[in-house]
Amino acid sequence: MSARADHLVIASMVDHGAKVLDVGCGDGALLDMLQRERGAVGRGMELSQEGVNACVARGLSVVRGDADRDLQDYPDGAFDVVILSKTIQAVRRPPLVLIELLRIGRCAVVSFPNMGHWRQRARLALTGRMPTAPHAQGGWSDSDTLHLCTIRDFTVLIETLGLGVDKAVPISDGVARSPFAKSIWAANWLAEEAVFLLRKA
Amino acid sequence: MLRAVMIHPSPNSGRWTATGGVRAISFHHDAPLQLSNGKRLSPLTVAYETYGQLNADRSNAILICHALTGDQFVASPNPITGRPAWWPRIVGPGRPIDTNRFFVICSNILGGCMGTTGPSSPNPQGDGAYGLQFPMITVADMVRAQAMLVEAFGVETLFCVIGGSIGGMQALQWAAAYPKRVFSCVPIAAAARHSAQNIAFYEVGRQAIMADPDWRGGAYDAAGVRPSKGLAVARMAAHVTYLSEVALRQKFDRNLQARERLSFGFDADFQVESYLRHQGQSFVDRFDANSYLYITRAVDYFDLAVDFGGVLAQAFLHSPTRFCSFGFSSDWHYPPEENRAIVRALIAAGADASYVEIDTNKGHDAFLLEEPQFEAALTGFIDAAAAARGLALGSGANAA
Repeated sequence: MSARADHLVIASMVDHGAKVLDVGCGDGALLDMLQRERGAVGRGMELSQEGVNACVARGLSVVRGDADRDLQDYPDGAFDVVILSKTIQAVRRPPLVLIELLRIGRCAVVSFPNMGHWRQRARLALTGRMPTAPHAQGGWSDSDTLHLCTIRDFTVLIETLGLGVDKAVPISDGVARSPFAKSIWAANWLAEEAVFLLRKA
Repeated sequence: MLRAVMIHPSPNSGRWTATGGVRAISFHHDAPLQLSNGKRLSPLTVAYETYGQLNADRSNAILICHALTGDQFVASPNPITGRPAWWPRIVGPGRPIDTNRFFVICSNILGGCMGTTGPSSPNPQGDGAYGLQFPMITVADMVRAQAMLVEAFGVETLFCVIGGSIGGMQALQWAAAYPKRVFSCVPIAAAARHSAQNIAFYEVGRQAIMADPDWRGGAYDAAGVRPSKGLAVARMAAHVTYLSEVALRQKFDRNLQARERLSFGFDADFQVESYLRHQGQSFVDRFDANSYLYITRAVDYFDLAVDFGGVLAQAFLHSPTRFCSFGFSSDWHYPPEENRAIVRALIAAGADASYVEIDTNKGHDAFLLEEPQFEAALTGFIDAAAAARGLALGSGANAA
């Protein structure tokens, strides 16, 4: 099975041997890769029982928990990197979760599907149907999808929260493209996903 | 079942015995058990059972801590009661705790009544059994007694300490008291402190025992009687907390027991009554009432944080142990929230911790029943820990 494009980008942002917390780690594929290929010391949190079981069964240290509720258990600065990969759309309070990520970690890596991609915009314009996250099971009414956003939405939130962006990588056609710097206009049209490396400003 | 018959030279002065199918080690006055209440207990006998073989570097030993009314016969029939092994789904060849691969030790807890020293043991300072002359004991004392047994096997570091319910409390106590001697720790359906609700239920049980005229102030042995009625009621009250409302409804609902209509009397009209009466009756045949008093009291007293300034995380600070805690959604004896409190402390301490919460309607006893998700996760954790410990796969394990 080939690795998810955002996982490869995230891995490139994790220093060798780093202490990593993956919030919403799913079946543990990313944590597994980070431990094997980056020598990371990995920990995970996952809401679903199937996910936690899969992680523990593959030997990862993962707790069943809810990002909205249980991040408060982690001490300040406990990790080098805290990851939120394609999970932000499922949390109830994205601003609080982002602030928690940067309390627990020296830096945070966030990946999400970009609803500003031209295909999503075209879908709404031409068919009158809501854009939906790729792979979302139930479309707009999928109960696990609470907060979809565009790259521009996300950068506005980051500015509002006073957080710093170290790096932002657009992904299109499953391939990481050159990081975008000041202008996010093109990325917001062309990227299907984006990965942000965040720091406290 | 593979049984290790090897006995290693003991660094302390224990004497090994095997009578009536119960194997034990006894420690005399040169090796007393230091109790939490300041007293010393001597002589001390620890009855145990083992399965599998200890490897050459003694790195594959797993200690299983049993629950309130359990015994050391975790994977083989109890030769005294004739009851089957209590955890056959988990322990045995090819099971999650694979006896082809690990050396499994399970001992009867201090204060118990299956061969380990308890209130029914002979009192060296008097005639007959200790009764209420037996000293008050704690979970920490139970663990110290286990540690003496483990040392006698020549095992420096246990590969794993695992237990459900108050067995999970013992596992946590092990990790807190002897962090370097516990490579991995699996508390299941446990708590780091006994809640007010649980103290309340245990108190109901104790009062039932002590209200039985045959209890005789604990000296029933000398009188040749047993407080069976009181002990049965204690068991019935406790047993309700091991099930769940959903499980009771699914299993019994309001179904009548072998009758068409209500008797308008106090017979066991309902199936659930009949079931509980059976649980109570079968329990008194195999358990000692004073043991029940002492062990429940020890568990009431359990609050792991107290020895660490009231902060549970301090108990696990700098712990090298790998933890995997399990909670069951419908457990109201040690609810998921209690297990999460353990995990919160482990996380706050920076310990290597996993927490698996199983969605089930089987209640507290789920860990003893068929629960495939629990077994799969436990197998994964143990296999990964074994790999980290450098233990080879056993013949029963899937090498793929």
